[in-house]
Amino acid sequence: MPKSFSPSVVTANDLLIGDVIYLTAQDGWSRDLADAELITDEAHAQIRLIDANAQPGTVVGAYLAEMSANQQPTHFREDFRRTGPSNYAHGKQVGALPGPLAQGEEVMR
Amino acid sequence: MYTYTDFDAAFVRERNAQFRAQVERRIDGSLTEDEFKPLRLMNGLYLQLHAYMLRVAIPYGTVSARQMRQLAHIAETWDKGYGHFTTRQNIQYNWPKLRDVPDILDALGEVGMHAIQTSGNTIRNVTADHFAGAAADEIADPRPVAELLRQWSTDHPEFQFLPRKFKIAITGSPNDRAVTKAHDIGLRMVERDGARGFEVVVGGGLGRTPMIGKVVRNFLPAADLLPYVEAVVSVWNLLGRRDNKYKSRIKITVHEHGIDDIRARVEERFAAIRPSFSGIDQKILTQIEAQFQAPDFTQASTVAYDAAYAENSSFRSWADTNLTAHRNSDYAIVSISLKAHGATPGDASADQMRVMADLAETYGHDELRISHEQNVILPHVHKSHLPDLYAALQESGLATANIGLISDIIACPGMDYCALATARSIPIAQEIATRFDELKIEHDIGHLKIKISGCINACGHHHVGHIGILGLDRAGVENYQVTLGGDHTETAAVGERAGRGFSAEEIVPAIERLVGAYLDMRTGHEETFLETYRRLGAAPFKAALYPAERKAA
Ligand code: HEM
Ligand code: SF4
Repeated sequence: MPKSFSPSVVTANDLLIGDVIYLTAQDGWSRDLADAELITDEAHAQIRLIDANAQPGTVVGAYLAEMSANQQPTHFREDFRRTGPSNYAHGKQVGALPGPLAQGEEVMR
Repeated sequence: MYTYTDFDAAFVRERNAQFRAQVERRIDGSLTEDEFKPLRLMNGLYLQLHAYMLRVAIPYGTVSARQMRQLAHIAETWDKGYGHFTTRQNIQYNWPKLRDVPDILDALGEVGMHAIQTSGNTIRNVTADHFAGAAADEIADPRPVAELLRQWSTDHPEFQFLPRKFKIAITGSPNDRAVTKAHDIGLRMVERDGARGFEVVVGGGLGRTPMIGKVVRNFLPAADLLPYVEAVVSVWNLLGRRDNKYKSRIKITVHEHGIDDIRARVEERFAAIRPSFSGIDQKILTQIEAQFQAPDFTQASTVAYDAAYAENSSFRSWADTNLTAHRNSDYAIVSISLKAHGATPGDASADQMRVMADLAETYGHDELRISHEQNVILPHVHKSHLPDLYAALQESGLATANIGLISDIIACPGMDYCALATARSIPIAQEIATRFDELKIEHDIGHLKIKISGCINACGHHHVGHIGILGLDRAGVENYQVTLGGDHTETAAVGERAGRGFSAEEIVPAIERLVGAYLDMRTGHEETFLETYRRLGAAPFKAALYPAERKAA
């Protein structure tokens, strides 16, 4: 038995937008962690990482991020990445993308 | 103020056009990320946790109203309506999209600004005392020299591939507000026998190995500055370690070789290159100086100020903390706090930027400064205008009277934005400021600098905070380490680690205990936290931080 491999997802930043994205089982990318493919096998994880890195026109800096068995981040950094900054309601937490303020995003006064 | 020459404008335009083409080539796949990354970094574009981040240089912290309005326009058009002012006198935009960046750079170019050399192993944005040209305690305005250094270093062929980044800070005042001793080169203007020169300090730096700079030359005649700085950089360029990026900064070179060895090498190099500086640099300096003429100071009565100061207690409180003596006694230097209690240190909304731009135009001879303490300065305001200015600031949430106080915290972006962070900084700053505002004791506490970094890189200057806080990752949990007794001024010192770190929940109560101990131990209201610390040493402060451990021992 190889040493235990923690469940992981492939994550990266979107080349054009910069937003945090996750590799899905259908070979697409989603901005929502819930859509990500949860990978439990190490060899498969390496293949998925290679798949991700083969799309340099879409993604930047793909890597494997550890998750719990029910697909929750095990580290706070990944928790912040899937949420957005804690000082303003900007980005993912209100369903918005980088770029100008969108519907639902906090206006700083 | 310095305006771009045709050469500068053409240079920035060309660089922007190049970058636009590079972005297109990255998007169409002709450039890989590995090829593109150094190019985008050279143009100030980082990829952070949630988005790209664009870092825009504000050389020696000086901006005009027109430039400030353009920064507001950029914030609104391509970002989320605000910008973040940093300790390096930059503004950072946290949310630009890749395709928009060339447009942003063009918009900056329109007002003589850019993002060049805000990153990479180059000579970075030269920083200067934010009160330059205004302070009562200043020998002379250091910004013309900063501008000369900028022109000399920008695209300097010898210095594009340095062992590491290189940062220069300059001050014209004996009271160091530019943290010169924590820079690769710090320049402090001094006078000797009526002649003007510089004390040259090298090898300061923060980061994982904090060092206070050492004096390499105690009096350098002003005319020798450029060849001397070039000699320092070129000695380091040869000696500096390229094998290990943690050992590459000049502070390590100085530490490894000793200041005497470095001095001998620099002097030798200086002697060799000095003759090739034919004096053109001094001619250029004279031209630059003409662009930094002081404004035409108004002559008017200051009774309106005296009356408001006597009658209005909130105005008085603000005046006492946020004004600094101007060299013209009818004037004041106004610090606008970007540290409203509970707000993100250093952030300004587009509306606030516009208000500050308008106020600079109406009352401040069209000048604004960005301080390394993440505040905005109006360097020249006639005292008669201060009551009206204060009222206008109040309307825009910009009248917080806390400059130099416990809530005037420096905090880096930390893990709310930064890809390198090991913990968050901003929420800790927000909580400390909110807590001490509730306690209503910050004016009683007096001068106290808290500085927070979200990782060992120390962008938040925690090493030189009277109280420094460093956010770390301890076994997957945010943990905050406290340092005590740091100092960023002419009496610079690196703070001492107090002991084990605190969790996010524990850190604010720990700071409260520390401040409580200071209030109990100080000899009186005039003795600052740092003075009490220096008088008593770390022990009683550690006891306050770790009461349980003390009992157990
Ligand atoms: C968010 C993106 C940022 C990144 C990726 C970043 C990266 C770094 C790194 C890697 C270092 C250590 C360099 C070395 O010692 O060789 C550093 C140092 C520093 N940065 Fe940042 N930084 C960021 C933001 C900031 C901000 C917002 C400020 C101002 C508030 C800042 C100001 C500084 C300062 C003052 C230093 C200390 C330089 C020294 O070692 O003397 N940085 N930064
Ligand atoms: S100190 Fe660390 S966390 Fe803070 S901005 Fe610098 S690199 Fe990022």
